[in-house]
Order: sequence, then structure tokens, then C-alpha cells
Amino acid sequence: MSTREVISILVKNQSNVLTRIASLYGRRGYNIDSLTVSTTNDPATSRITIVFDGNEQILNQIILQTKKLEVVKSISILSPEQSIYRELLLLKVDCNKENRSNLVEIVNIYRGKVISLTKNFMIIELTGSPNKIDGFIEMINCYSIQDVCRTGITGISRNEHI
Amino acid sequence: MKLNGSSIVMEVLIDHGVDTVFGYPGGAALNIYDTLYKYSDKIKHVLTAHEQGASHAADGYSRSSGKTGIVFSTSGPGATNLVTGIATAYIDSVPMIAITCNVADSQIGKDAFQEVSITGVTLPITKHNYFVNHVEDLADALYNAFRIANSGRKGPVLIDITKDVTSALCEYEKREPFAIEKLYEFSDKNLNEIAEVFNISKRPIIYFGGGVLASDAKNELVELVEKYDVPVTYTMMAAGVIDYDNPKNLGLIGMHGSVASNRAIDEADLVIALGTRFSDRVALNPNKFAKRACIIQIDIDESEINKNVIINYSIIADLKQALIKLLPLVKPAKHTLWIDKVTNYQKVTNVRSENSTIHPKDIIESTCDLVDKEAIYVTDVGQHQIWAAQYIKHKNMKSFLTSGGLGTMGYGYGAAIGAQFANPNHRIIHFTGDGSFHMNLNEACTAVSYNLPIITIIFDNKVLGMVYQWQTVFYGKRYSETILNRKTNYPKLADGFGLTGFEVNTLEEFQDAYKKALEISGPVWIACNIDKEERVLPMIPSGGTIDNMIKE
Repeated sequence: MSTREVISILVKNQSNVLTRIASLYGRRGYNIDSLTVSTTNDPATSRITIVFDGNEQILNQIILQTKKLEVVKSISILSPEQSIYRELLLLKVDCNKENRSNLVEIVNIYRGKVISLTKNFMIIELTGSPNKIDGFIEMINCYSIQDVCRTGITGISRNEHI
Repeated sequence: MKLNGSSIVMEVLIDHGVDTVFGYPGGAALNIYDTLYKYSDKIKHVLTAHEQGASHAADGYSRSSGKTGIVFSTSGPGATNLVTGIATAYIDSVPMIAITCNVADSQIGKDAFQEVSITGVTLPITKHNYFVNHVEDLADALYNAFRIANSGRKGPVLIDITKDVTSALCEYEKREPFAIEKLYEFSDKNLNEIAEVFNISKRPIIYFGGGVLASDAKNELVELVEKYDVPVTYTMMAAGVIDYDNPKNLGLIGMHGSVASNRAIDEADLVIALGTRFSDRVALNPNKFAKRACIIQIDIDESEINKNVIINYSIIADLKQALIKLLPLVKPAKHTLWIDKVTNYQKVTNVRSENSTIHPKDIIESTCDLVDKEAIYVTDVGQHQIWAAQYIKHKNMKSFLTSGGLGTMGYGYGAAIGAQFANPNHRIIHFTGDGSFHMNLNEACTAVSYNLPIITIIFDNKVLGMVYQWQTVFYGKRYSETILNRKTNYPKLADGFGLTGFEVNTLEEFQDAYKKALEISGPVWIACNIDKEERVLPMIPSGGTIDNMIKE
């Protein structure tokens, strides 16, 4: 049975931490959709958020194998009901006099921002849940998209303690 | 007290009870070796012929004693030569610490002479590794290395120290080594459930592995076997835990396991897996392994649960602690009919080739019969390894050293040297094949230098036996690059190394040579010319089940 899960890992903030995690997933053949790394309020700790698409058994293995790394302090699944996911999108799209206002209208509906505009193209910034980002890209798809850049998901639990 | 980095290394080793290290010096390791010179009354350094030999020696030292094996090397090729030894220790969960020196920090990343990023290289084959380029971090790394190597599922740790750190001064304060916590995370409910499964099962079997040794759980296991009246089978890693002659011992499990073990697993209604991991050499077909049974697994490594085979009940714990809790809940039982049935299945397979002159089984049995019971057996990898696993009448824990997971040809000589240093009063017997022996026979010079009475018994069949056997059965006898036919004259070569060598063609010749070998104070080789058509049997091909077993 296929499952899509967001995994949050707290790691020691040391050099090579990302290499250790990536090396583990590489050698065990785990495919991941996205991975983000960020600092936390504790300078000694970083957070890695991983989105994984696959079956439950592999998900379980990923969690248990990751847990064994010396640099990993804790690992948890961020379930959709109990968590908030966000992603940042930067998108470059061709535009001209005729379609510019249409594009801006869509950006406004999605509460995005136009952060750069030239005669021929604009760059749009949008933050939101992965679904919202997908929806937005779908809307823009009929225009001529030059480039899309997504950060991948970062997430946090709604519970008091994870 | 201000000490330089090299002295900190020695002090921390001494604080952890280390008195023996294996290694090989070099440019980047000059400071370490200079300090070792000063500490030579406290730490004995064993100089091998090659760093690989040193890494296997540290491994053999650890496996045969339970202590942490320590290996030193210099930067670059010195460090990369350790890699096979570290990987061997990693997959067999052997606690070992490799201390490598790197070029000075100012040269790091500049492709300096003999520079290699050994922490990068060993990332997948260590539990953890440290790159130390600040002397203030050195003591922490060393203390933690001992903790990591020995806690949870044991394994190797590498510390790479830049040359400037080995001479830099730093305040050092002696502290207590980390206490190794015994993992124990299960509820009484969990235990009661498992005990209930024990109490209702009619055809149980225990299948155990190296975790019994790592957790020192032999006594608890023996108690369980007697109280619950259950037959046992084991992986190669755990030979010797239960006396071979114990009537409930069905022999080795898996690809070359006994008919009795594999059939019993197939017929069982309960498999109790203790300190073992259902590897592809045991559960050859994970979907059909123990297909009639409820499976209980007790292991210290949670990631081993449901990894290869789906488990019904599990306990994540140090095995000894778990068994101590479980034993009082298991009701005494009698499984007489079941045990009678499975012990009637064949435990020993003895097939000889048409041209058999001197058979491996006879060599191994003679070897064991004529030596004291405390002997430690070390193998390389291939046919001889399996014959040794099958035919030695294992009696003691930590007395069968073999590369089980990685299957490292060339493991044996180094490991035998390490085992001899850990057990100076025990006889060390090294079984090898002509293929494996040629890989690391250079370690003979180490055995000679230290006058170690290791007896090396070479099964010389002039072919790369195990691969040759597969080519015979599965590849239409197309013997691609497996006919070795080396012209090595073992007695002459032995003479060149400064040791004694024999070559024998019959069992009588072997026994004569072996009796002489037991009287010689230094290392001895006995090359036995065996027929190349001798096979390792029984055999279940990869992916197969008991139904596919080849018995003759």
C-alpha cells in the first residue's frame, strides 16, 4: 500500500549531518520526494523535513534506520491532521501587456507576490501548503512558464510537544 | 594536565582498559607512534604486514574476547587499507575503533600527499565516525567512540585525527568511561502475550544468532531450551553457544544448514528468533520462510524487525535482559513427540566425491579430536568455511571466528593473530582455502615475528571452490576464472617466511603433520590436497526453500 508521509527529524547541528542522512538513504535505496534542512531556536539542533512516497514497510525502515544514526536526536511522522506543512514557490513566467493583469489577478487570489517584473516576464513568490502550490502551478500552466523552483515541504506539529 | 593529542589518545585507551592495539605506522601517524614508544610499557602494539591484516586482527581480538578491538593507521592508503576490515566488523556487529591520522589541517582538502577523506569513505561501514581537527574535541570523540562501539547493536567507529592535532597541547582531565546502558523497552503486557504464545505452541523451535554472544545470554538461552524443551538451530555467527552434541541442537540453519534445521523451521508452529536478523543466507525465500509458524523476534536493533521477514511479536531489548524477564513467565513444557520427530531428520550430511582422497570432514574432525577443547577456530571464506561451521563440534562461545555477513576472503590470518593476542593460552586453528589464503598470506610474517603458534590448515583443491561449485551446478560447468592451479609450494614458501610447512595427501599424513605442528612453538601451515569435486552440502539455492534442497 502506497503512503505519503512527512517525516521530521531533529539532528545535531554538525558538519556532515546531511551527508550522513543522504548516504544512508542512498545506500539503502530509499527514494524521497523532498528534503529541507533548517535551523531551530536551539543552535545545537537542526531540523530536517523529508517527504517520502512509498509503502509502509519501507517508511518504517527509513524511520528505524535513521533513528540509529548518532547525529539523530529524534524522529517523528508529521501526520496531515496534526501538522502544518508549508512550501515556498518561486516561479518565472513570460508575460506581456495583454496577459499581465490576468496573471496578477491569479497571483492575488492565491495571495502570492510579484517580486520582479520586466517587459517580458515576471517572478512570482508564493507560500502555502503543497496542495495550494500545486493548484497555483496548474492555473499558471496555460501561460508560458520559464522556470519553477520549490523549496520542498517544511512542517511542524500542532501538538504541544512532539 | 596539559597533554598533546597523541598522549590524549593513549590516556583514553588506557582508561578503557586497552592494552593491545594493532596497526601500521606512517608519515601522518609519526606523532602517534612517537608517543606509543613512550607508552610501550602500557600499550602493546602489534605490527602487521598490511593494514588490512591489522584491521582483521583487531576484529579477531574483539570477537574472541568481547573487548573493543583497536587499530591504528596512517593517512591515505593506510586508512583505505582498513576499509575491508571495518566493513567486515560492521556487518557482523563487532565493536572496534579505528584510529587513523590525516594530513595537517592546513593541508586538508588540498589533495596533499597521502590525503584521503576516510570519514567519507567509511560513512556507510561505521556506526559513526569523527573527523577531529581541533585538539579540544579529541577526548570527547574518543570517549564517545567507546560508548558507540559497545552500546545497542555493537559495531566499528572510526576517528580520523589531523596530524597537527596529534601534537597540539590541550588540557586533559581523566574521566569515567560512559556506562553502557542495556536497552530494555518493553511492557509486561508485551511479555505476557509472548509467554502465552509459548505456552500454546506445539511445535516450537529457537533460531538464534550472534546477538546471543553480543549480549552474553548463553546461560539464559540454555535455561530456556531446557525449561521449554525446545529444539534449536543457529546461524554461523552463533556456532558454539549450544553444545554441538546437545540432542536438541539440530545444527546450522540456512543455505548450507542441516536438513533437520531447515525442515524443522518449515514445519514449526512457533519460531523464536533470538539475536538474529533473517539474512538472505538464512531466510533464502523470505515469503516462504517458516510459513506455518508464528514468529517471535527478540533483538536489540529495532530496524531488524520486519526488515526481511514479517514478525508477529517482537521485543526490542538486550537479549539477556529480555530472557531474564521472560523466563519466569514461560511454563515448563515437554515437546517430546516434536523433538523426536525433528531430531530424527538428518543433522550431518557427508557426501564424498568419487576421487576423494582426504576428505575435509575427516581433516576437521581429526583437527578437533587431537587438540584441547578450548581451541579457537578461525576461518576464511568459501567451502572450507562452511565445512568448518558444519563439522567442528562447537562447544564454546567466541571460539568460532568467521566473516559471516561480508564474506571476506583473507579475513582468517589477521583474525587468528588477533585472537592469539587476546587468548595467549589457547590454541588457535586457522582453516583456509587456497583462494582465501593467497589473499593475505603475507600476515605469516607477523605470526613469525611474534612467534604465534597458529596452525593454518589449507584446503588446497586448486580451484576457487565455492564459486567452482556454483558453476558446476548452475552454470553448466563453465569454469570461468575459478581454476586457480597455483604453483605455490607451501612448505618452501613457509620456509621462506621462517615457519614450518607441510603438504599432505592422505589422512594419515595429515594426522602426522598435525601432531608435529602441535609440538612446534611457532606458526605452522599444513596444506591438504583435496579433490576439487568435493562439495558443500546440503545446499538450498538462493531464493529457494527446503523443497529445493540439494542433498547429494
